[in-house]
Amino acid sequence: MGKVWKFGDDVDTDQILPGRYAPYMTGEAALARHAFIEYRPEFARAVRAGDIILAGRNFGCGSSREYAPLALKRCGIAAIVARSFARIFFRNALNLGIPLFESETAAQEIADGQEVELDVAQGILVAGERAFPLRPPPAFVCEILHQGGLVEYYRKHGRFPGEPNS
Amino acid sequence: MGQTLSEKIISRAAGHEVQAGDLAVVQVTMTMTVDSIAESVIKVLRQELGAKRVHDPERVALFVDHVAPACNPATADGQVLLRRFALEEGINRLYDVGRGICHQLMIEEGLVQPGTVALGSDSHATTYGAIGAFGTGMGTTDIALAFARGKTWLKVPESIKVQVHGAFSPGTTAKDLILWLIGRLGAEGASYRAVEFHGVEGSSLASRMTICSMATEMGAKAGLVPPDDLIRQHYPVPEWLYPDADATYVQEIMIDLSKIQPQVSLPHQVDRVAPVSQVQGVQVHQVFLGSCTNGRLEDLHLAASLLSGRHIARGVRLLVIPASHRVLMDAVADGTMSTLLAAGATVGTPGCGPCLGRHLGVLGAGEVCLSTSNRNFQGRMGSPEASIYLGSPATAAATALAGFIADPREYRQ
Repeated sequence: MGKVWKFGDDVDTDQILPGRYAPYMTGEAALARHAFIEYRPEFARAVRAGDIILAGRNFGCGSSREYAPLALKRCGIAAIVARSFARIFFRNALNLGIPLFESETAAQEIADGQEVELDVAQGILVAGERAFPLRPPPAFVCEILHQGGLVEYYRKHGRFPGEPNS
Repeated sequence: MGQTLSEKIISRAAGHEVQAGDLAVVQVTMTMTVDSIAESVIKVLRQELGAKRVHDPERVALFVDHVAPACNPATADGQVLLRRFALEEGINRLYDVGRGICHQLMIEEGLVQPGTVALGSDSHATTYGAIGAFGTGMGTTDIALAFARGKTWLKVPESIKVQVHGAFSPGTTAKDLILWLIGRLGAEGASYRAVEFHGVEGSSLASRMTICSMATEMGAKAGLVPPDDLIRQHYPVPEWLYPDADATYVQEIMIDLSKIQPQVSLPHQVDRVAPVSQVQGVQVHQVFLGSCTNGRLEDLHLAASLLSGRHIARGVRLLVIPASHRVLMDAVADGTMSTLLAAGATVGTPGCGPCLGRHLGVLGAGEVCLSTSNRNFQGRMGSPEASIYLGSPATAAATALAGFIADPREYRQ
């Protein structure tokens, strides 16, 4: 069980983790405390491991800073469900092993703060009486997530997704 | 089957023919990282991947530009680490404080070549498409893996074709074109796709870099201009590097340049675009002329042409930060710097400047900035209570003269 943190469209990486709070500026230990520090200051104080982010379109647009999804991972965010993701953010979050799902309806119909249960393997998000089937990610995404991220995937397989064994 | 420019480049880099939608593992000819990301890349490379060395030090470039010179002990420590890494790995291409912005130097120093794949740990790596390279931004983990392997994996993007014709009307620039396009397509209008710009043969390399750098602001994986004689004069262009006439595009957009007016992005989203006439009169405290999008000699020339013999308005700060040391040297040599200084400009060390709100012109609560950079997200340049408008160097100069957002066509001389 986790709580939903709901966001709108076009949430950018400066909102998730402003550049001034980057590990480069303030050290990495404080990263989790700085997630949404200006955009939604109560987030870092109240977020609990297992909580889920539910967002609108183009979540994570802007900078390629991987410390934005890393901050969310450090906060214990179990998954991000959005109507759509910005390209670099999607790749960065996937590389860090954060489960990502696209869903039109879940993002619209589940309320902020609602308790939900997510079955990552089955791709089902349950909120109260309702179950939202989530679009299954492509096979290569599932393979990376299954290993817990790209570094783990690479260490196990010694190759990139889609690369023949040498 | 005909191929787009992206499909051709990725096919070469993969060693076999690919088309949009395919997963490909490709040779990367240059991978770069910057001071703000280097520490995390080194950590993933050495501690998590357990790599002993980078794959090929000749295909790695390092830049100190995001906070240059350092603004506090933490950033200074990060830069010490980056310099030590360069020494230990035998990486010769380290561009330290004052040399300029990574994307500018990647092209200026010939670190990226037409027809190749180049990666940057910065989203504006799409800039390299200006010379016909497939440049794209990636995060820490992907960059570390490219350092370790000299390769990366990617999904071959579908392409959008933008066909422009006609000529810009006076006071209107490549920046206005790309802002207009972002306004039309939206912040995710080119998501996961490459954008090919056709018909811009008349434009300079600097203008092409402006256009390609901002392709990422509509979500694009790459922005490319098919190389022409201008590029051939300065870079080796392989004979196969052109899009086929029967290539498949998911969308085609025709633009008449003469219809484009000076454009401005309104706070706090790049795709909230309006003609400058709609926001004329908004009071401004700071004008920033610089960044990888608009910090080149051409941009300084344009601003100087409006500022020459005039002085900026009371209560306005005009920060000029050239994109590279060479741009600064050229602007000093041809008198542009004197013109800007005489008009009241403040000049900073070549680098990213205040674009990302860490130093050299951070905004306070309630302040308004007109910036020639590429992002106006809330809090991007400092206080979340500040407002950022994006515009061209001409709009920046007119605004500095007026003290409020102004139409550059009214300040031409």
